[in-house]
Amino acid sequence: MATIEDGGPMREVLSDIDRWLAAGKRVAVARVVEVEGSGPREPGATMAVSEDGEVAGSVSGGCVEGAVLTEALEVLGGDGTPRLVTYGISDDDAFAVGLTCGGTIHVLVEPLDW
Amino acid sequence: MGELYEALREALRAEEPIALVSMVEGPRVGAKLLVRPGAEALGTLGDADLDRVVGRDALGQLAAGASATRHYGLHGEARQRDVSAFIESYAPPPRMVIFGAVDFTAALARVAKVLGYRVTVCDARAVFATPLRFPDADEVVVDWPDRYLAKAGDDLGPRDVVCVLTHDPKFDVPAIVAALETEVGYLGAMGSRRTASTTRVWRGSWRPSDSTSAPAPPRRRRYRSARRSSPSARGAPVPRRCATTTAPFIRDDRGGDPCRRRELALRR
Repeated sequence: MATIEDGGPMREVLSDIDRWLAAGKRVAVARVVEVEGSGPREPGATMAVSEDGEVAGSVSGGCVEGAVLTEALEVLGGDGTPRLVTYGISDDDAFAVGLTCGGTIHVLVEPLDW
Repeated sequence: MGELYEALREALRAEEPIALVSMVEGPRVGAKLLVRPGAEALGTLGDADLDRVVGRDALGQLAAGASATRHYGLHGEARQRDVSAFIESYAPPPRMVIFGAVDFTAALARVAKVLGYRVTVCDARAVFATPLRFPDADEVVVDWPDRYLAKAGDDLGPRDVVCVLTHDPKFDVPAIVAALETEVGYLGAMGSRRTASTTRVWRGSWRPSDSTSAPAPPRRRRYRSARRSSPSARGAPVPRRCATTTAPFIRDDRGGDPCRRRELALRR
């Protein structure tokens, strides 16, 4: 597992990705592509996920990483179509995934097949 | 894994500037364009005109070190929203050049690394300018500050920072004068404001005849007042307090704001 810098863009998850690829694992990459209002991380924040569920980096302050992990594993398990997912403020539903800071982030989740 | 990821990885490892464009909305979500200054783009978003327009914007964002999503028409038209492209800039890390191989430098180098700078420490005294004394620095150079800037100053841009901490006018003054000739976004200096020669450089009243043959700094530079070391960190060593106090005042243009150069005098 990489040391946790501050999530960090692609640069900081490269060594994890390379390790997974070298082990023959498939990899998904989730990146913050747009932030509306106040958000925990800047556009470009990257989280990489291996097909067996290892995680490097982050896309928020820990608020939505669990949900992004699920999306990433679905992308790897499905037909590999990239998806754009949006996370906003938590609603009253205690189980909803959301950001406590009040902003909205858009995250592109895609397989690393390019 | 394919050609694009490999090219991206090589550029990131070599700290070469590169921009990765991903279509996030439009007909080909996930399509990629990899843009490098002075080289052919790799990949395609699916339309030659769109590639050309987005490639141009990506080079602009790369120069500013900014990542953002932009919107286009299907063929790159402005003011349309058929396509959203996330342009992710991987500019090389900004540089901080610190003159003076002193304790304040070691502390500032450590803070600078946290902030993502590539740090160079430069001092003319070989005994003090050693990598062992500055484990956080990426590079330790033995040279006179003005001579170093004569060689390396052209590479410094608005994202970069120069801090002059030698505390000795015979090094400080030529270093400040030489740094004012560069394009750095922030120039900081440490010293008592009663240090006459340094103060005169800050005020722009320094003359070449005063010490070296370097040209006088332009008068239009504006500077702001001194900052004391952080009161909130009593008990920590003074160099570290100074370093953490310096950091919030370092401004570069990564946010797109025009920079103002300012003097930073750390007084004990």
